[in-house]
Amino acid sequence: MNSTVIRPPIVRIRNLTKSYQRGNQNIPVLMDIDFDIADGEFLALMGPSGSGKSTLLNLIAGIDKADTGQIVIGGVDIALLTEAELARWRSTNVGFIFQFYNLIPVLTAFENVELPLLLTALSRKERCEHVETVLRLVNLEERMDHYPSQLSGGQQQRVAIARAIITDPTILVADEPTGDLDRLSAEDILTFIDRLNREFGKTVIMVTHDPRAAEKAHLVRHLEKGVLSDN
Amino acid sequence: MGIPYSYSFRNLWTRRLTTILTASGMALVVFVFAVTMMLAEGLRKTLIDTGSYDNVVVIRKGAGSEVQSGVERSQASIVAGQPEVAIGEGGLSLLAKELVVLINLPKRISNKPANVVIRGVGPVSLALRPQVKLVLGRMPRPGSAEVIAGKNVAERFQGGGPGETLRFGMRNWTVVGVFDAGNTGFNSEIWGDVDQLMQAFRRPVYSSVIFRLRDSSGFDSVRERIEHDPRLSLEAKRETRFYADQSEAMTKFLRILGITLTIIFSLGAVIGAMITMYAAVANRTTEIGTLRALGFMRSSILAAFILESLFLGLLGGMVGLFFASFMQLVTISTMNWQTFAELAFGFNLTFEIAWKSLLFSLFMGFAGGLLPAARAAGMNIVAALRST
Ligand SMILES: Nc1ncnc2c1ncn2[C@@H]1O[C@H](COP(=O)(O)OP(=O)(O)OP(=O)(O)O)[C@@H](O)[C@H]1O
Ligand SMILES: [Mg+2]
Repeated sequence: MNSTVIRPPIVRIRNLTKSYQRGNQNIPVLMDIDFDIADGEFLALMGPSGSGKSTLLNLIAGIDKADTGQIVIGGVDIALLTEAELARWRSTNVGFIFQFYNLIPVLTAFENVELPLLLTALSRKERCEHVETVLRLVNLEERMDHYPSQLSGGQQQRVAIARAIITDPTILVADEPTGDLDRLSAEDILTFIDRLNREFGKTVIMVTHDPRAAEKAHLVRHLEKGVLSDN
Repeated sequence: MGIPYSYSFRNLWTRRLTTILTASGMALVVFVFAVTMMLAEGLRKTLIDTGSYDNVVVIRKGAGSEVQSGVERSQASIVAGQPEVAIGEGGLSLLAKELVVLINLPKRISNKPANVVIRGVGPVSLALRPQVKLVLGRMPRPGSAEVIAGKNVAERFQGGGPGETLRFGMRNWTVVGVFDAGNTGFNSEIWGDVDQLMQAFRRPVYSSVIFRLRDSSGFDSVRERIEHDPRLSLEAKRETRFYADQSEAMTKFLRILGITLTIIFSLGAVIGAMITMYAAVANRTTEIGTLRALGFMRSSILAAFILESLFLGLLGGMVGLFFASFMQLVTISTMNWQTFAELAFGFNLTFEIAWKSLLFSLFMGFAGGLLPAARAAGMNIVAALRST
């Protein structure tokens, strides 16, 4: 499972700790995490419920703030960014895939995929071309005028994948992307994610409970009570 | 670019029922607001149209209205001798010494008595009011017990129609004609020979003197002379001004009433919008978290929800205004505040009332949406995403 090509890490995490406050109680969630993710890696994060997998993923994706430590992604220490800078950084560097797809119900498949492009300087025509390209990639060009409620779970997740890659981000983060899908659709989604990694060289960080999903990854890391262990 | 407008708009459409109910509350407020403003405007217009700019009304100083005024015969003659009075065909002064008396007459339908203005007129009274036209019959003969009735009187009062007989001033009067005064207060009057009416009501003095200016710019000098003549103690006003002053108290009252009602109702409507918008924010928490994760700023979220609420307000405003516009078809008859006579007038929708109504509805939408939108914008991304 080791990749033969040596590339510099795209994600560097050093001395990362994170805890939550519940009442006056301090709950440590991540303890002194240290690890690198190579560019073009397909990493699966596994571990029991409550071990801090989603928390770690959210920190890497720049939607949560660490207590201490460093997260450098593509050379940028995201802990140093202001809220506005971080939002701009996310829009170009991170593609999100959620367990429950999180599509906007009142927007069509096309409009959902277009959403991240509204934060760029692209013209309407350019946006249109981009959206059509990625929808073709996930085999949904026929469904672009459908609303999420008119699509199956698997199709919705494919729209979400299209939305995640539309800005050509540095990393793709997926939190249990197959957790809400039947076996066949799950297989389908994993194939797409695998293709994105293999053909387009996207770095994928995927949290999963599903051993079948983890099999697709090049590397599996386990998180146990906030501590990362090697495979 | 922020979150597209269609996002805000379609969310309203998605929860149509709530949208309609909330907008109805605001529509009601805008309706009340627009209608009272239209009423005030209609009344003002009716009374102002009653006068002509080149006519001068002379009444006793401080009288306020013709009913409360008295002009001695000698004083009237002095006014008639002013050089600014226009001369019409045949060398006749375009000046009328008139008497105004209020009486009670029973209405046709209800048989209930209501006030009517009786105006004693002279030979040029009709010529002084180009807006008054005889539409049926003829003018009363001088020295006779004949009268002509305004359109509203002819329609609504017993004995007011052509050929019918009215009884007042201890005499019977035959209606020999009907006049239409357009949208003005004269429609609610009965006109007869001034000398006959002064006898019948045992009035030794006129109520007012009305004359046409030879030259419109001569007003200031004639007013100066009349108001400073020690023999007179009269005041002179342009006729338009005279009627506008009469409407002032009533329109002011209507405006204050309208604004008071509107403010009270709008509190309810704003709270309604706020509840709706808070519910919308709560229902879309995950969505808000997702948009923020994708890179949309707090300000974009704030704008999207405020826009949604503004749409809601505008919708209510347009519906309210739509229904208010139908009120233009309605004619209201009420008391003239000054003369206490029957006065018929309509609702007048002006451009100003329309844009003020819409602006007001937008304001309600904004007020209702601000706090919920601030809550949406203030959310923590991870907490919002975890709320699934
Ligand atoms: N906002 C929060 N406030 C308080 N505690 C939190 C918060 N977010 C997470 N936690 C706690 O942090 C711990 C780790 O949560 P996390 O969601 O990262 O777990 P997970 O590994 O993703 O679990 P699962 O497999 O069930 O998704 C849990 O004990 C959780 O209760
Ligand atoms: Mg989780």
